[in-house]
Amino acid sequence: MQYLLLIYANEAEMEGRTPAATQSITSEYMEFTKGIIQSGHFKGADRLRPTSTASTVRVRNGKVVTTDGPFAETREQLGGYYMVEAKNLDEAVAIAARIPGAKIGSIEVRPVWPMET
Amino acid sequence: MIRLLGDFDLAEEARQDAFAAAIEQWKAGVPANPRAWLINTGRNKAVDRIRREVVFRTKILEREIASAEADADAVPEEAEDEAYGDDRLRLIFTCCHPALSGEAQVALTLREICGLSTQAVARAFLVTEEAMGQRLVRAKRKIRDAGIPYETPAPPLLNQRIEGVLAVVYGVFTEGYAATAGTRLVDAELCGEAIRLGRLLDELLPMNPGVLGLLALMLLHDARRLSRMSDEGDVILLEDQDRSLWDQAKIDEGLTLVDRALRIPEQVSPYAVQAAIAALHVRARKQHETDWPQIVGLYEVLLRLQPSPVIELNHAVAVSMVDGAARALNLIDSLAARGQVGEYHLLHAARGRFLQQLGRLEEAGAAYRAALDLATLEPERRLMAARIASLAAPARA
Repeated sequence: MQYLLLIYANEAEMEGRTPAATQSITSEYMEFTKGIIQSGHFKGADRLRPTSTASTVRVRNGKVVTTDGPFAETREQLGGYYMVEAKNLDEAVAIAARIPGAKIGSIEVRPVWPMET
Repeated sequence: MIRLLGDFDLAEEARQDAFAAAIEQWKAGVPANPRAWLINTGRNKAVDRIRREVVFRTKILEREIASAEADADAVPEEAEDEAYGDDRLRLIFTCCHPALSGEAQVALTLREICGLSTQAVARAFLVTEEAMGQRLVRAKRKIRDAGIPYETPAPPLLNQRIEGVLAVVYGVFTEGYAATAGTRLVDAELCGEAIRLGRLLDELLPMNPGVLGLLALMLLHDARRLSRMSDEGDVILLEDQDRSLWDQAKIDEGLTLVDRALRIPEQVSPYAVQAAIAALHVRARKQHETDWPQIVGLYEVLLRLQPSPVIELNHAVAVSMVDGAARALNLIDSLAARGQVGEYHLLHAARGRFLQQLGRLEEAGAAYRAALDLATLEPERRLMAARIASLAAPARA
């Protein structure tokens, strides 16, 4: 099965980090990513720019309405994701628990729902 | 069967098919191993069902057939009985998976492992049968769609996950032992199911300190069930219970299990400590023979293992029996000052009791009234009303 592991963290706290702390978490992420590529779990990943760069789009009465900011203001914001292949939820949770961000924020584990074509 | 078929609903249909087939075929004679027969038949029926559906569904199902058939060929019939025990254990870990809500875990366990009807589970949760049916469907859908495994976790994870399983079993028991709302104080059916689950776990995971401790704890509590309530449905406190009503067979079994649990070195389970406390209560043939100093000591062990306001409260009650009400009142007031348990009726009830023993009757009355307002069970409310009445006649404190 495939799972999307969504990494949530408090952006304000992340921006307040020292360069040294940022450096160390970046290298932790690189190591983790290398690990799951080698183990064959890795399907894809990206980090996202902060919500201050986000736009929200809606189409109403045929008109495109674009607004500044994320869809919902929450305490923790989506900051990146991994797409992984795992045998079952236990394996996906074990991978999610190794994401460096799990120690700071939280990881939402969502099973992928394949399209029926 | 669920492990073999990988789908709750399919397994349930297969089970029904297998039972229907059994009714037909067993007229001619019951097979040597009826359980294995049912599992085999259920699996074959499921393969039939999958075959019938495959016309409408995708390639994924074809793979399921292949693996179900491969399994059918691979497992010889003699191995089925042992495999059945393993299957039950897998099912327990599935139903008690932490990715399901606590309530869903209890409901699924009652429905799928204890075999209670949806209606009976609904009654335990005080919801309608329809609402419970929907909850069960949602939970099963999550098991399927989120890929919750039918698997007994490997040892490092097992110890963590067994805690969740024990919490579910104890949850079933306490719901039966002190239903959280309504008129009945004890629901014997739920207590019985929880004990049955405890025995099953003990059979499947022998010499596990948590399992032994929990089973002992449940048996020792359940042994006193008949003496906990008067014919009129009023609460009878431990000190006033008719000890001749206690179930000696359950007590003996419970005591043996506590000993066994506490003898496993370096693995003290909080359940075993609680069971040891319950054991000290039932070992006393008369209330005044109770070994309170040792009970205080055990509560202190428990507070280190698993600190909680409820245990602090129980500790304070035990302290009152050793050092008197004044010291116990101090403990309770410091607990209340930390502000986690203001809504807990038993805290106010205990506080009222200590104040009454100290002769501070006006404050005792206020505490009892607070307890009365917060209690949801009728028998407990009546007990508080009786306490308030007893303040007017200060002969007995």
